[in-house]
Amino acid sequence: METYYDPADLAKFGEIGKDAPELAKKFFEYYEEVFKEGELTEREKALIALAVAHAVQCPYCIDAYTRASLEKGSNLAEMTEAVHVAAAIRGGASLVHGVQMRKIAEKLSM
Amino acid sequence: MSGIREISRGSRTGVIEAAGVEPFADTLTRHGLSLVRDRVHTLQVNTGYLCNLRCRHCHLEAGPDRKEIMSRKTMEAVVALARRLPVQTIDITGGAPERVPGLSFLIEGLAPLAPRLMLRTNLSAVSGAAWESLLALCVARHVVLIASFPSTNPSQADAQRGAGATETAIAVLKKLNAAGYGVEGTGLELDLVSNPVGAFLPVSQESAERKFRSDLLRKWGIAFNHLYTFGNVPLGRFRTWLLRTGNYERYLKTLTEGFNPAAVERLMCRTLLSVSWDGFLYDCDFNLAVGRSHGDRKVHVSEVHELPPPGTPIAIGEYCYACTAGSGFT
Repeated sequence: METYYDPADLAKFGEIGKDAPELAKKFFEYYEEVFKEGELTEREKALIALAVAHAVQCPYCIDAYTRASLEKGSNLAEMTEAVHVAAAIRGGASLVHGVQMRKIAEKLSM
Repeated sequence: MSGIREISRGSRTGVIEAAGVEPFADTLTRHGLSLVRDRVHTLQVNTGYLCNLRCRHCHLEAGPDRKEIMSRKTMEAVVALARRLPVQTIDITGGAPERVPGLSFLIEGLAPLAPRLMLRTNLSAVSGAAWESLLALCVARHVVLIASFPSTNPSQADAQRGAGATETAIAVLKKLNAAGYGVEGTGLELDLVSNPVGAFLPVSQESAERKFRSDLLRKWGIAFNHLYTFGNVPLGRFRTWLLRTGNYERYLKTLTEGFNPAAVERLMCRTLLSVSWDGFLYDCDFNLAVGRSHGDRKVHVSEVHELPPPGTPIAIGEYCYACTAGSGFT
């Protein structure tokens, strides 16, 4: 069965540099720096990445950061809460725009 | 399973090589390295494969039905060996050493013979009067306790050790703290060992220790001295799990790609000599698991009168990648 996503493609991420090598170099250097331990631990950053991966629904990132979260010492309980954070923010982002909806509706309505 | 062929080593846990995985010996050569002994300062005594648990990562496949248990006669030979050899550390492991009859004899015999005597424990092997008696002996002899504790999340930890194992472990850790273990100023050392609960590498020891210290104190009021993180070796029950779940090839790839040349110099096998439950010498517990002897033939401890000198070659196999991946198993 043909699908758009092939898990094996994750390992080919670096190939994106073939036709814009300088940009790719800068991106991957920045990417590596972002995930190094800083004020946040590597585990905390992996969990943030996992949550964001669910918010943007990137299967490559979900694959990579599920593994990374476990490797950085997390567990299913923490990771599930992280997914709920993503769900709460995404859901909240929709809901809070309802305030604008209500303002417009109130202006137009008697 | 394409690309996998099994090489029997004549033991319960055969070694499997995966096509495309460079032999460990070739990887060492490619990096200009060799694996030979440094000055040996540790004697590791494996008391057998009897255990109350059947941990899913166990390279020895220890469990309640195992019959390989160190006899009193072998214990006497091990104590005599320790008298002859100038070691700094003696490490009693298993299986679950607490389940072995005569453990107290072994502890009493070995304690005066090295500055540091360690006892590995899964924190659930014995209870009641037997546990109280063993604890009193360990306190009296200042035995260093090395306790398995894979995760501060009980659900994750139980997935490796069995339902309820973590709850039992936490209760025992509290009792150990009450007896002075892990408490500053008592001289009673309590260390924890964490293996990953799955087909991934362990987290860095430093960050794991910080998290465990914080979690154990906050959740249960438990203190300990040090935490060590060890990778899972693709042997025994862990190998079986890897194959059954389709994780084997990827895990081997993770190990081989994670090869860290700097870890070779610090490997435990360079300074450790392992003795099996029946009194024979091995270069480490993993060589013991596959039945690969120290040297060219099986050597009984009764034949040994000196430590192998620096430069002595160490038996190696593809499982060695687990000890040299990332920051290593040192």
